[in-house]
Amino acid sequence: MSVDMRTFLAHVELANPITTAAGCASSGRELAQFFDLHRLGALTTRSITMAPRAGRPTPRMAETPSGMLNAVGLQGPGIEAFLERELPWLAQRGIKTIVSIGGGTVAEYSELARRLADAPGVTALEVNLSCPNIEDRGRIFAREGSAAAEVIASVRSIMRYDVPVVAKLAPDVADIVSVARACVDAGADALSMINNPLGMAIDTEALRPSLAAVTGGLSGPAVLPLAVRCVWQVHAALPGVPLIGIGGVMSGRDAFQLVLAGACVVGVGTALFHDPYACLRIERELEDLLRARGFQRLADAVGLAHRPPGSAPRHLLVDTEESAP
Amino acid sequence: MQVTGTVLTTRRVDAYHALTVVAPGIAERFRPGHFVSVAVGGAYTSMVTRRAFSVHDVKSDYGGTVELVFTVRGRGTAWLAERRARDTLDLVGPLGRPFPLPRDPAHCVLVGAEYGSAVLFPLADALLARGCRVDFVLGGAGAERVFGAMRARRIAETTTLTTEDGSLGLRGKVTDALPSVIADTRADAVYACGPMETLRAVTAVGMEFDIPVQVAVEERMACGIGVCMTCVIPVIGDDGATRMVRACAEGPVFRGERVRFEDVGTIPFDALGAPGGGARHVS
Ligand SMILES: Cc1cc2nc3c(=O)[nH]c(=O)nc-3n(C[C@H](O)[C@H](O)[C@H](O)COP(=O)(O)OP(=O)(O)OC[C@H]3O[C@@H](n4cnc5c(N)ncnc54)[C@H](O)[C@@H]3O)c2cc1C
Ligand SMILES: Cc1cc2nc3c(=O)[nH]c(=O)nc-3n(C[C@H](O)[C@H](O)[C@H](O)COP(=O)(O)O)c2cc1C
Ligand code: FES
Repeated sequence: MSVDMRTFLAHVELANPITTAAGCASSGRELAQFFDLHRLGALTTRSITMAPRAGRPTPRMAETPSGMLNAVGLQGPGIEAFLERELPWLAQRGIKTIVSIGGGTVAEYSELARRLADAPGVTALEVNLSCPNIEDRGRIFAREGSAAAEVIASVRSIMRYDVPVVAKLAPDVADIVSVARACVDAGADALSMINNPLGMAIDTEALRPSLAAVTGGLSGPAVLPLAVRCVWQVHAALPGVPLIGIGGVMSGRDAFQLVLAGACVVGVGTALFHDPYACLRIERELEDLLRARGFQRLADAVGLAHRPPGSAPRHLLVDTEESAP
Repeated sequence: MQVTGTVLTTRRVDAYHALTVVAPGIAERFRPGHFVSVAVGGAYTSMVTRRAFSVHDVKSDYGGTVELVFTVRGRGTAWLAERRARDTLDLVGPLGRPFPLPRDPAHCVLVGAEYGSAVLFPLADALLARGCRVDFVLGGAGAERVFGAMRARRIAETTTLTTEDGSLGLRGKVTDALPSVIADTRADAVYACGPMETLRAVTAVGMEFDIPVQVAVEERMACGIGVCMTCVIPVIGDDGATRMVRACAEGPVFRGERVRFEDVGTIPFDALGAPGGGARHVS
């Protein structure tokens, strides 16, 4: 018996819940050498910026216990090149594409949305709010509900109504639920979490910070519990809002945790660096875990861990026998 | 492609470890200069990034083997050094762009420092097969860190060895010996692999003699397949513009004159998309 893995990101149907995490699959071409991108639920692009960006100096990467730090600095060719070369490549192949955007001002986000509004092949727009707000002393948009909401409201007013706008949140905030609520109130159709919390490593040979940029974003298995917590809290507070769970997913079991916490889509980032086929493997493993527990549909597992202790899972109330995990 | 390889043999070569791995698909597709990435630490490791290694040798025995030569630097290479025959290894490769080969028979000097020499041997074989003349300059800190001297002597016209402590060959660096080797052999081209500093110096010598230098660089890599953007170095393109390009996907082999060695570890102000370099910076 196969499990129905279809899922909805707002009103957009995806064939399965697995997507790449922004910045971890570039714009798809490199991964296409390994497998057919149609097998992804969706591909999420790196964050596209207005102007070309050279990013930060190297070293940009440091391995840490069960994770890594990165300080890439949104290197990319800018929206013009993305619209000319990268998006058409994805659109022509009919690959469901979540376009991630990043900017330093509300106006920049709006302009990016305007450029993407008429572009064919945008399945959803993910707004990377972990960028410094250059108009507000470099404070990160995602760390302030009002700043995040301003960006989302502007982008939402520009994007076509049938393209979901997803707000991507940062975990290192005092109250992620309030930022989430501000974004939803501003019109976000879905939320994505988590982006990288800030971390740091020191090279004990060179006696200096390991990254040229000193601090960097932490990713990998080390952040999974942080992601599960954030998804859990936000799903509890805003149960109707579709969530993309991201952070440290290396296996189907990790993805399953995020689904049980409330995610209906799961993003895979750092795992791709370890294994270019990670998305396919994780999707298969997730399906196997669901089947082994008697689920017929992925949708039945979303947020299931929130049910009160002692109550039987809804899908098991019908007369199915749970096979051993 | 990804292959679960089986370790065939392990041995020590001077200061280095050599692993021969049965990895059929990779061996078939390999060209000199390619590298592979290896998952380290086993299934339940806390080491999430793969380690990149040049391929030292490929053979068609056992359906296709690749040989890696490495030095223990940290936890990942320490784990790799403990592998034994019949252990399995998860390899992705071949990765990167290989060395371009001259169209016509040419005189080529191959310069290797430390384990950087490893990648030059399959290159030498390919050059010899095209009727090129091959001369080696190999160096290291001490005698035990000069890799491949015996094999170089067997296949090359001349082999010049250098050590910084003078324990083998000439005292000094590979670049101290290089000018006279280029002059004596009337070299048409130089190929080099080793630390950035060595590649910078080799390129400077090549430019003095007005001959092309192909270098294989090393930069910290998280993915090795071109998706993460962690491995960039400043390189001048055909149009004269400097870009931060990926060492894994556009490299690891570059024309030496194109690499801005002095600026590695920085974003040159005139690089495309640099802060203040014409494009706006947001962070
Ligand atoms: C294209 C390429 C080819 C290489 N070929 C060889 C080879 O043939 N033989 C050999 O001995 N070494 C080679 N290296 C260097 C080798 O990848 C590093 O020595 C190795 O990654 C160190 O891992 P570790 O766990 O021992 O060190 P750690 O310092 O514990 O590693 C921590 C992290 O830093 C990264 N890292 C550390 N040093 C380097 C480095 N110099 N280059 C890239 N990443 C690094 C590791 O991948 C890891 O993610 C090559 C590197 C590249 C990029
Ligand atoms: C190298 C690297 C680059 C990233 N670039 C972006 C980016 O451009 N935009 C973004 O929203 N998130 C970016 N992220 C964050 C990831 O999308 C993801 O939220 C985070 O890494 C947690 O997931 P993971 O543990 O599966 O990697 C990046 C992460 C890494 C490791
Ligand atoms: S190592 Fe990821 S892009 Fe080069």
